Amino acid sequence: MNPAYSVIFFTTASGAGYGAVVWLVVLALIGIVPLTPALGLSVFAVSLALITAGLLSSTFHLGHPERAWRALSQWRSSWLSREGIAAIATYIPILVFAIGSLLFAAQSFIWIWAGMIAAGLCLVTVACTGMIYASLRAIPYWYTPLVMPLYIGFSLSTGAVLLIAIASIFWVTPGVLAWIAAVVTLATWSAKMVYWRQIDGASPVATAETATGLGDIGTVRLLESPHSSENFVMREMGYTIARKHAKRLRKIALVVGGVLTAAALVVAGILPAPLATCASFAALIATAVGTLVERWLFFAEARHASSLYYGATEV
Amino acid sequence: MTSLPASNSGRKLGLVIDLDICVGCHACAVNCKEWNTGGHSAPLTDENPYGADPLGVWFNRVHSFEAGEGASGRTVHFPRSCLHCEEPACVTVCPTGASYKREADGIVLVNADSCIGCKLCSWACPYGAREYDYADGVMKKCTLCIDRIENQNLPEEDRVPACVSTCPASARHFGDLGDPDSDVSKLVAKRDGYELMPEMGMKPVNRYLPPRSATRHDLPETSTETDTGGTGSVFLDWVDRMLSR
Repeated sequence: MNPAYSVIFFTTASGAGYGAVVWLVVLALIGIVPLTPALGLSVFAVSLALITAGLLSSTFHLGHPERAWRALSQWRSSWLSREGIAAIATYIPILVFAIGSLLFAAQSFIWIWAGMIAAGLCLVTVACTGMIYASLRAIPYWYTPLVMPLYIGFSLSTGAVLLIAIASIFWVTPGVLAWIAAVVTLATWSAKMVYWRQIDGASPVATAETATGLGDIGTVRLLESPHSSENFVMREMGYTIARKHAKRLRKIALVVGGVLTAAALVVAGILPAPLATCASFAALIATAVGTLVERWLFFAEARHASSLYYGATEV
Repeated sequence: MTSLPASNSGRKLGLVIDLDICVGCHACAVNCKEWNTGGHSAPLTDENPYGADPLGVWFNRVHSFEAGEGASGRTVHFPRSCLHCEEPACVTVCPTGASYKREADGIVLVNADSCIGCKLCSWACPYGAREYDYADGVMKKCTLCIDRIENQNLPEEDRVPACVSTCPASARHFGDLGDPDSDVSKLVAKRDGYELMPEMGMKPVNRYLPPRSATRHDLPETSTETDTGGTGSVFLDWVDRMLSR
């Protein structure tokens, strides 16, 4: 699949934003993170900026952005429609919780409920994003049980690092939060390794023989393409990445996004405030780079069944 | 509404394509383009049509495959278009309701006025049947020529899809595959017609008829037979034998 930058940016940026909101709400309610007005305002502002920028970038690649509102109508059947509704609905409890907890410092019943609803809707939105991909049978690498949980995993791991980095500006020592983030990061990347092993070991779902139905005659190969130049289907669905490049990029993503991020988080958890801030931002950069590479690979490695009509032998 | 129709009429209009007959002339693809660039989804935009790298919307494309090896190998010309699936994922993923499957005859269509051009339907189709029009910003696809098959202004024999009417080899057939007594259903039953990629679970309606098995036992025999003559005339055969001494 063509790794479009707008979609890569949307899924990673909004994922981190939603994750940070979830952690802030949950940790503030438990009492691990002190929800000072400055910290709260910063986290809400950065998160909502990332979420909004991501949503906007995803509408820019539409052929008719002015009709985007129509995408909210088909929630009965379409995960994209459900994602749009969940994304918009999430703004309401986030803003209620943000205003309530910042203006009225006391943690009253209403703000706690708003916070819990916000955290829940954030996770629902990310799950919908994952299901858009996980529901497509035409792309066997995506049509697997791990794809949707991985979207939630990356949202929570990048969101936790984002929260720590912002908190460290206000000299909140990450402490136990850094340990939680390190564990979530390592758990997510472990799941990603399992996913990579699964797609590498999976037997092909469809072949050029089943796509043409000519398998009874023998091995099927494309003799002549229908046309002399590229078409939309080849441009959008025909992107392929060389296997050795994919392997190398997987290693880079894993080392930077998983190992380096976790190491920086551990350092941030141990060191005193000024150094912890540096380590937290190192972790933020590492998790951003690693997750962007991971998301690029998610698209670039996925093979679409229609490529079987254009020379691919199996998907 | 992009949920699939809860009930249906039982009619399943579709195509039957005979791979034994298709000669790969691309006339179906060209006539499809010709008709549909003025039809329901008009225009089928071409970009840079006379340049080095043309790009355009086509509903019907003819691929050529080789199958098998050596003497049993075949070249098979393979026209490919929308299969008007019974369970089309391209319809259910549509967030706007622009994609829909008609209850009356099962034809899968796009309403260009409400399509936002998100392209998700093209990702959902395993057959690569949907093509995005970059100029119009909407998705386009085979309409099974709804503007021909129901067109009261056309003579009755022309009320078939453009690809079917133009095929010089009669390799394409159009009809109701939901009716077991229709000509197309009988043809499919007789020739063991099959569906493409059933493992994708879309239940395509269109059927393909396999190339008949290539019995090549005639090859060596044919060459010896023509060598010995057999002109049909006793006198000429005698002349041939005399001269061959």
